[in-house]
Amino acid sequence: MNNRLYGNLIFELSVEGRKGYSLPKNQFGNYQLPEEARRKAELELPQCDELTVVRHYTNLSANNFGVDNGFYPLGSCTMKYNPKINEEMAVMPQFQNIHPEQPESTTVGVRTLVEQLEKALCEITGLAHFTFKPYAGAHGELTGLMTIDNYHRQKGDLKRKKVIVPDSAHGTNPASAAVCGLEVVEVKSLSDGTVDVDDLKRIVEEQGEEIAAMMMTNPNTLGLFEKNIPAIADLIHQAGGLMYYDGANLNPMLGVCRPGDMGFDVMHINLHKTFSTPHGGGGPGAGPVGVREGLQDFFPFVSPYQGNFGVMVKAYAYILSLGKEHIAEVGPLATLNANYIKESLKDVYELPIATNCCHEFVFDGLKDKSTGVTTMDVAKRLLDYGYHAPTIYFPLLFHESLMIEPTENESKQTIDGFIEVMRAIADEARTNPQVLKEAPHNTPVGRVDDVLAATHPVVTYKALVEDKES
Amino acid sequence: MAKVIEGLYYSESHEFIRVEGDFGFIGITDFAQKALGNVVYVDMPDVDDEVNAGEEFGAVESVKAASDLISPVSGTVVEVNEALEDEPGLINKDAFENWIIKVEISDKNELADLMNAQAYTEFCEKQ
Repeated sequence: MNNRLYGNLIFELSVEGRKGYSLPKNQFGNYQLPEEARRKAELELPQCDELTVVRHYTNLSANNFGVDNGFYPLGSCTMKYNPKINEEMAVMPQFQNIHPEQPESTTVGVRTLVEQLEKALCEITGLAHFTFKPYAGAHGELTGLMTIDNYHRQKGDLKRKKVIVPDSAHGTNPASAAVCGLEVVEVKSLSDGTVDVDDLKRIVEEQGEEIAAMMMTNPNTLGLFEKNIPAIADLIHQAGGLMYYDGANLNPMLGVCRPGDMGFDVMHINLHKTFSTPHGGGGPGAGPVGVREGLQDFFPFVSPYQGNFGVMVKAYAYILSLGKEHIAEVGPLATLNANYIKESLKDVYELPIATNCCHEFVFDGLKDKSTGVTTMDVAKRLLDYGYHAPTIYFPLLFHESLMIEPTENESKQTIDGFIEVMRAIADEARTNPQVLKEAPHNTPVGRVDDVLAATHPVVTYKALVEDKES
Repeated sequence: MAKVIEGLYYSESHEFIRVEGDFGFIGITDFAQKALGNVVYVDMPDVDDEVNAGEEFGAVESVKAASDLISPVSGTVVEVNEALEDEPGLINKDAFENWIIKVEISDKNELADLMNAQAYTEFCEKQ
């Protein structure tokens, strides 16, 4: 149970003159910072004693929900367990206390780890080289597209400025292309959610000489394997473009097949998804980019340093913990878990595409829509039962998308518990829809006003004070 | 059930256009606002910008998603609905009344490619 006092904002707990530290006596006489380096105004910091600070943040942390709290089936995000051995390795002082400007002769161990990780990722993906500089997935996408853009430009092929993206793609794909200065061309999906190869042929015929690349996730956003991938890759390669693999959905492929073998030339991996490093809340992430032999010469300069090294240690620890044999079980188990949930719930939730999925699948809300209960209400009600909500209202192909990805880690007991709760919620939608409309009831805050949050964000204490005054 | 108004033209991407003389008022349909949920931001072009039939001219952002606005006709923007800058939620109150841009239509023949109220109603039923 949270203590209400310490649940206040840290600024509201502030008392003038109170402090939780004592500085040693100034030994440097009257030395003062140069005028231009000095603050013009006092720093407005909360003034609290140490115990208040500890209680405030400890209470706050209890409001959080993470993979260590419970089941977190957030589709498209691969919220798998972060084994504690990863953390133990990453905090070894030999890894933790290094500095990027340290002489190279003192960082042999660190560089060996990165080389070994690269070797492992190459074997897992079927690509030849990786750069570890990108700090997260979207940064990886941008780096990968810059690599492709460099490749075409250095060949003097200046017309190739278009990137084909399926209409079901993750929003970061068109966004990365736009940031890279490329133009997005959307290719349609068939009713089963896979790429419409005829539409792709039309695009390639009309604009083939301008195509820089095609970006794909495979399995796609609906968790379906793109069976036509060899034909798609051939079409793009014959037109002179490159194939980009968005690593968001790499998890079910582990040990089953490799992007390099599917015809992809460039990809990024979210180490914080597939390779079990912590995820969410802004990172730190890591989005290494892999390329086919020869393309490594076109990597752009994105950072002087090697990305988030601690994340690499964790990913490497994960790969070594599983070993080759067990890595090959990740994809099949993730796929089994997703299909088990899908089949167990499809009589009460609308399954728009009834086929075997890979690591995730999408329901289009409740089967019985007459009650007016929406996907948002179902998601909010799940919080009351102690489950993190699945991804909702994505992909945009359906109106009431509910996208579930259980990962390979979850036991049958956990998954059965989730299925039971999802069925209970479907029952409540019929018998007591109001309880869903008003959910969540058991969380520290009830249903938040997402319109107000989007139109009138107040995210600092200063803004809050100004807001109250106005 | 989403409202559809007789006499307007409709596109498959759920924009409507109300034609008055040489001008057209373009917005999103009631079906679109219902599907989007609460609208929190409308990205509009500037007056005098050119718009092309079938091409993007702005975006509508809701609590669920951001969607491109596709122009049903070609023409020049003569007015944008500034009320939506402060109160984007007006679209949820009445999508047809709260049009987004007013354009001077350059080619009225393009209207023939759009749906009438009946065809659009049937189109929505299949969605």
